[in-house]
Amino acid sequence: MAHFFLHTLIGQVILTVLEALAVLVPLLLGVAYLTLAERKVMAAMQLRKGPNVNGPFGVLQAFADAIKMITKETVIPAGANRVLFLFAPFLTFSLAMVAWAVIPTNNGWAVANINVGILYLLAISSLGVYGILIAGWASNSKYAFLGGLRSAAQMVSYEVSIGLVIVSVLLAVGSLNLNDIVLAQRHVWFCLPMFPMFIVFFISALAETNRAPFDLPEGESELVAGFFVEYSALAFGLFFLGEYANMFLMSGMVSILFLGGWLPPVGIVPFTWIPGPLWLIAKILFCLFVFIWVRATFPRYRYDQLMRLGWKVFLPFSLVWMVLTAGFLLATGLLPQGGAS
Amino acid sequence: MTQIVFYVFATVLVLSAGMVVSARNPVHSVLFLILAFFNAAGLFLVAGAEFLAMILVIVYVGAVAVLFLFVVMMLDVRFTQMREGLQRYAPFGAAVGGVLFAELALAFGHWRIAENIADVPHLVPSPGRTNTAALGDVLYTHYVFPFEACGIVLLVAMIGAIVLTLRERPMGRRQNIDRQHERTAAASVEMMALPLGQGVTELGGFRRPDKSYYVASVPGSYGVTAEAVPQAAPAGDDRHGGLGQ
Repeated sequence: MAHFFLHTLIGQVILTVLEALAVLVPLLLGVAYLTLAERKVMAAMQLRKGPNVNGPFGVLQAFADAIKMITKETVIPAGANRVLFLFAPFLTFSLAMVAWAVIPTNNGWAVANINVGILYLLAISSLGVYGILIAGWASNSKYAFLGGLRSAAQMVSYEVSIGLVIVSVLLAVGSLNLNDIVLAQRHVWFCLPMFPMFIVFFISALAETNRAPFDLPEGESELVAGFFVEYSALAFGLFFLGEYANMFLMSGMVSILFLGGWLPPVGIVPFTWIPGPLWLIAKILFCLFVFIWVRATFPRYRYDQLMRLGWKVFLPFSLVWMVLTAGFLLATGLLPQGGAS
Repeated sequence: MTQIVFYVFATVLVLSAGMVVSARNPVHSVLFLILAFFNAAGLFLVAGAEFLAMILVIVYVGAVAVLFLFVVMMLDVRFTQMREGLQRYAPFGAAVGGVLFAELALAFGHWRIAENIADVPHLVPSPGRTNTAALGDVLYTHYVFPFEACGIVLLVAMIGAIVLTLRERPMGRRQNIDRQHERTAAASVEMMALPLGQGVTELGGFRRPDKSYYVASVPGSYGVTAEAVPQAAPAGDDRHGGLGQ
């Protein structure tokens, strides 16, 4: 049996599909419940009750929303570019899914444990802008178009600082492999020695996922709903799922780069009893909670403030920090001699 | 198996490259260009150069093509208008393309690999080394000077482009974040005691911002030239400190 799965082509294909399902099914369930959790957490923060009608504590609300969205009619505007209009939500959704191929959930547990894992994540997250840009253009609506343009500028700007933060982490690891990045944090999680970079990365992740306080691409006070103003039913649902799956992905990246991935806080007995995937899930959930907390707390940035923060604050700051990290590692002789892995 | 994958990527790459130049809609052209980049990255992956594949996607698809798309969407290029000049420009285009093609053919026909390539230790692939590490070694250890020089040249080009397009726009109102943070309620809000029923009608129905300050800092913004200002605002009376630079 093991021979069939590991050494024949058909077996490997089946194995890969099963591995992908093992990651994606919990992810999609998580996305469904994240929408509920967001409403519940924000309700609690604002002294409301949130959804509480469907099922106990409203736990069936996510499915009620899904059924509603699936059964509605997909309206395509008359002047829209039909193919691209429908292509954009699929692109957003599938990009949010394929990125999970490289996320390690335990030592060596990844669908694809590739050498350039972090570059793959960076590449996939930099593609996310196309879904939004194409949606904005194909809708043939000025609000959608403005939202798409804003989003393109915003995501490209914040990718720069995300890239530099990742470079400073990689300097300390000496490998582009996500598994190695987590293993390098056995002694201390990177969020402690690189605390400022942790904060910069988290805020850039908020901007990259178009979350509050950087949700200008869909700023309803100026752009109605931004790039997805013309979308309805399942196409809208795919955007929605993709956006929340991206939040999961960014939380996963924060956990892997700075919070030690599947590693327990300290490697002693009561903590090591809990299996690695549960630690990773706990860290991702913590990051998601902070995403929601930020949304419930901060007012939206103005567009020039957003650009100023990205280019005039984060870019120089992360650049200086990267040089400092490299200098410190070189001076103390801690620079990892990569290349063998 | 690898051959099938190669031919799939190669076919899609060539077809989409053809569509880039033949698509009627410029936005479609850029999208086909992105598809072409993608398939080129796929070809790199097939060749075992995973680092180059990822960098191709990050740099070209993730950044360069986004800006292309951005500009093409904004500019509203009409290919039908551009086609009107086709007859006139076709000979020039053909000449330039022909020269380029001839030079390429010449270069390719006389392409030789240096004889002592096997003696250069850092250019020989060694097992157990990822190609990321090998590339980094070659670029940053053995050829660090030419590499950094390339970086400087690109930086100069970028600064040149910025300098050429940077315009001072005196009409715009910029926010000075530090001054904004220094504002206090006492310096910004003025409580006025007005007699009942009179209000601010004498001032034209509403209170303008401190006229002298605005006109002095942003000439022409309130329809008043700088010369017409009665006097400059006293230094201590910066009531609207947050706006204007």
